[in-house]
Amino acid sequence: MTSIAKPPVAHPSARRNGLGLTVRDYEGGMSTLCAGCGHDSVTAAIVQATWELDLPPHRAAKMSGIGCSSKTTAYFMKQSHGFNSVHGRMPSVTTGASAANRGLIYIGVSGDGDSLSIGLGQLSHAIRRNVNMLYVLENNGVYGLTKGQFSASADIGSTSKQGVANEQPPIDPVLLALTLGATFVARSFSGDKQQLVPILKAGLAHRGFAIVDVISPCVSFNDHEGSTKSYAHTRAHGAEEVHTDFVPLRREITLPDAAADVSVVQMHDGSSVRLRSGRGEHDPTDRAAAYAHVAGCNARGEIATGLLFLDESGREMHDHLHTVPTPLVDVPYAQLCPGSAALDALMTEFR
Amino acid sequence: MSGINDFAFKMGTVNGTGSASANGLLMQSIFRMGIPVTGKNVFPSNIQGLPTWYEIRVSAEGYTARPTEIDLVVALNPASYAKDIATVRPGGIVVHDSSFPLDPALSRDDVTFLGVPFGAMCNQAFTRDRDRTLLRNSVYAGTLGALLALDMAIPEQMLAERFGKKPAVLKANLTALKLGYDYAKAHFDCPLPFHLERMDATRDSILIDGNSAAALGALYAGATVGAWYPITPATGLMEAFKAFCERYRVDPDTGHRRYAILQAEDELAAAGIAIGAGWAGARAFTNTSGPGISLMQEFIGLAYYTDIPCVFFDVQRCGPATGMPTRTQQADLLSLAYASHGDTKHPILFPANPHECFDMSVQAFDLAERFQTPVFVALDLDIGMNDWMVPRLAWDDAFRPDRGKVLDADALAALPRFSRYRDVDGDGIAARTLPGSGAKGAYFVRGSGHDQHAAYTEDSAAYQEVMDRLARKFAHAAEAVPQPVIRLQPGADVGLVTLGGCDAAVREAADRLRDVGVVADVMRIRGFPFGAAVRDFLERHEKLFVIEQNRDAQLRSLLTIELGVPRDSMIPVLDYAGLPLSATAVVQGVTRHLTGVPA
Repeated sequence: MTSIAKPPVAHPSARRNGLGLTVRDYEGGMSTLCAGCGHDSVTAAIVQATWELDLPPHRAAKMSGIGCSSKTTAYFMKQSHGFNSVHGRMPSVTTGASAANRGLIYIGVSGDGDSLSIGLGQLSHAIRRNVNMLYVLENNGVYGLTKGQFSASADIGSTSKQGVANEQPPIDPVLLALTLGATFVARSFSGDKQQLVPILKAGLAHRGFAIVDVISPCVSFNDHEGSTKSYAHTRAHGAEEVHTDFVPLRREITLPDAAADVSVVQMHDGSSVRLRSGRGEHDPTDRAAAYAHVAGCNARGEIATGLLFLDESGREMHDHLHTVPTPLVDVPYAQLCPGSAALDALMTEFR
Repeated sequence: MSGINDFAFKMGTVNGTGSASANGLLMQSIFRMGIPVTGKNVFPSNIQGLPTWYEIRVSAEGYTARPTEIDLVVALNPASYAKDIATVRPGGIVVHDSSFPLDPALSRDDVTFLGVPFGAMCNQAFTRDRDRTLLRNSVYAGTLGALLALDMAIPEQMLAERFGKKPAVLKANLTALKLGYDYAKAHFDCPLPFHLERMDATRDSILIDGNSAAALGALYAGATVGAWYPITPATGLMEAFKAFCERYRVDPDTGHRRYAILQAEDELAAAGIAIGAGWAGARAFTNTSGPGISLMQEFIGLAYYTDIPCVFFDVQRCGPATGMPTRTQQADLLSLAYASHGDTKHPILFPANPHECFDMSVQAFDLAERFQTPVFVALDLDIGMNDWMVPRLAWDDAFRPDRGKVLDADALAALPRFSRYRDVDGDGIAARTLPGSGAKGAYFVRGSGHDQHAAYTEDSAAYQEVMDRLARKFAHAAEAVPQPVIRLQPGADVGLVTLGGCDAAVREAADRLRDVGVVADVMRIRGFPFGAAVRDFLERHEKLFVIEQNRDAQLRSLLTIELGVPRDSMIPVLDYAGLPLSATAVVQGVTRHLTGVPA
């Protein structure tokens, strides 16, 4: 099976964004995932979000590990460099790329196997380092490419296609990220593009590690009755705790944020994020409260969605590294090599 | 045979008691007297309380291999008395602490015991417990100074350099030094028959460890991203890189750093970070040892298969498993050469000393970018952590990094279509683009099967085309890696083949073999894959000895695999117990075979 390129045809009436590009320009190769796969909807949401943001495709880098989710970086933004690395290790590759070139926008796509089992350590440390990237975790509770084993995000009691119930407790990436100090933590649903697109845009604008856990059902192995990661279950139990609007820098804000339950967070790039509490119970600016609330939802079998926590004051990896503002790849060699005179002088210290 | 400027001595102490600085002081003082000197630290994998040794060899002829015979031992660790006393050659000297009676069972008739009340003198002269322990080291340095005719102005000057800002510490150390010196002068016949005399043979040399030298190479090569996970004996490399970067790569006004050093969560991540940075266009590296190389295997294969440059420094230690982390070995050769699953092979550079660590570090970054592949620099603990006397490092300001085939915007624009893995030039190296360089140059790196356009494939021919190109590329590297150093002698009847840190011992052994009638040519291999020069040498010698520091004759295996040289035409001389190689081990290995005595 080779990859399939989409025909590069754009309808003349297609809308163009600020860069003169159509949505089609943000697409990639043809998806080879199963028909109805949640991941394809996430891909579409990423296409929509990046197009709406006028993100220059060549300034983005698409990063992934291994698995169905990780294949999707080939399905959007064909004009961007992409890196499909090894299983569970996308965070380290992105860390290195970001260290070398801080000028790019890093979009990582991973899955629950890639992130919560083999890659749990790397995910945790990318959060700890606060790598400046969007990290989309396409979460379906199952290993799809190897045909249906439970993943670490499977809920207790959720059944496999054969009807066997999972007995081990799940790892919730949202609670994990909140515990580890992540500064942007969201959960959404592949079937809710209206919610997902603004969250992705806010995540791209966030300075630091932005994790978006997207429940993204596996139609082949985990979309049956008894699964807690199916379309039906997610629709029935999803509860939008925080409604998110993303307001880009160039758009004038016409509606006043008068409502008491709306908080506006100014992003580093000048854009802003408007957060409105869905049920009036969740404070997305208070880490401990956000944690307690999400944990409570989990206990009740509810799937808390929305931009659940946001702290725009955090320091990203380059702040900790004290690196020059110029990407290291653009620092001229003359500024890296101390030269022969310095070496000659240094040699006297080794005598 | 000991004599003036030709002897070896050894300190047996307890680790964590400060003896390292006194030992370094002695070695450096001898160096500053202009006399060629070598120091080997034989230390435990421990922070405090276990036996540790330091061996210093003085050689007017400039031999730097580990000494075979010890002329004098300073035995200061009761736990290792028996072993230490036993290592002295007949007719040699044991200096011990006479504050306590020496067990008569340890006595030997064929050596001279010189008792110095180190403990008692320190207790008398100093009041604080810590001083009494630490300063004992300066006392024995003073004693050795008298016994060996060290120019005492030198250690005094060095102490002044070291403790210039701490007058009290300086004064205490000078007092201690003098205590030991005076005691020896008053009680023994100073100097001993073997001792030091000023020379002028170190003027153009420095004392440096391989880790520091390799780090300097990375600095000068323009490496900007270093990722690592702490591991003995490789830790010093990144610590040195950090120290050099802080000195030369920080903007004095803003404090901004022109480098990024990332201490990763493990070696897997360290490899991933370095490879990610290499893909993004930085000169990136990681430093590790055998266990780390094991952990990095998967990533190494990814970088190989996707043509990503990256430099790996492997400071080898004794394996397998945790092995002996503070002992030296050359046992990662096979695991480096073919690191990762599937068909993979990688260039390796084998520095023999810290000077070559510097040069080869720079070369490794050039080779990695030129060949777009992981390149390994195989040090070992002895090279990495011990101070070696080597020529001063020098830099040519005309040097420009070889970034290899990287397409810029203009070159891209001129192309009808960019195909990441298309071998245009027939050398197996396809031009790359860096992320951010433009839509036309965008491609998708994938560890899964890909064709010459970097597109996913399960097509047999398309897959094989890429694999064959990688093999072609590797073959081309054979003449680009450092070529062997070959020393031919008229009338040679055997060929000695070696690599890396065995160099000094093998060269010395060749001299000694000549004295007993065995004339040997020597080839020191400096790079993998092997080029024509290596093949020629092997073909020109009927009797070959391959000298290396591992159990399984890994270099010999590589020569057989890669060059087709019959395995049994190469006689292995193996030394793999964890200590730096001595010339005697080589001489014995060779002569035993030639005389038919089983090894």
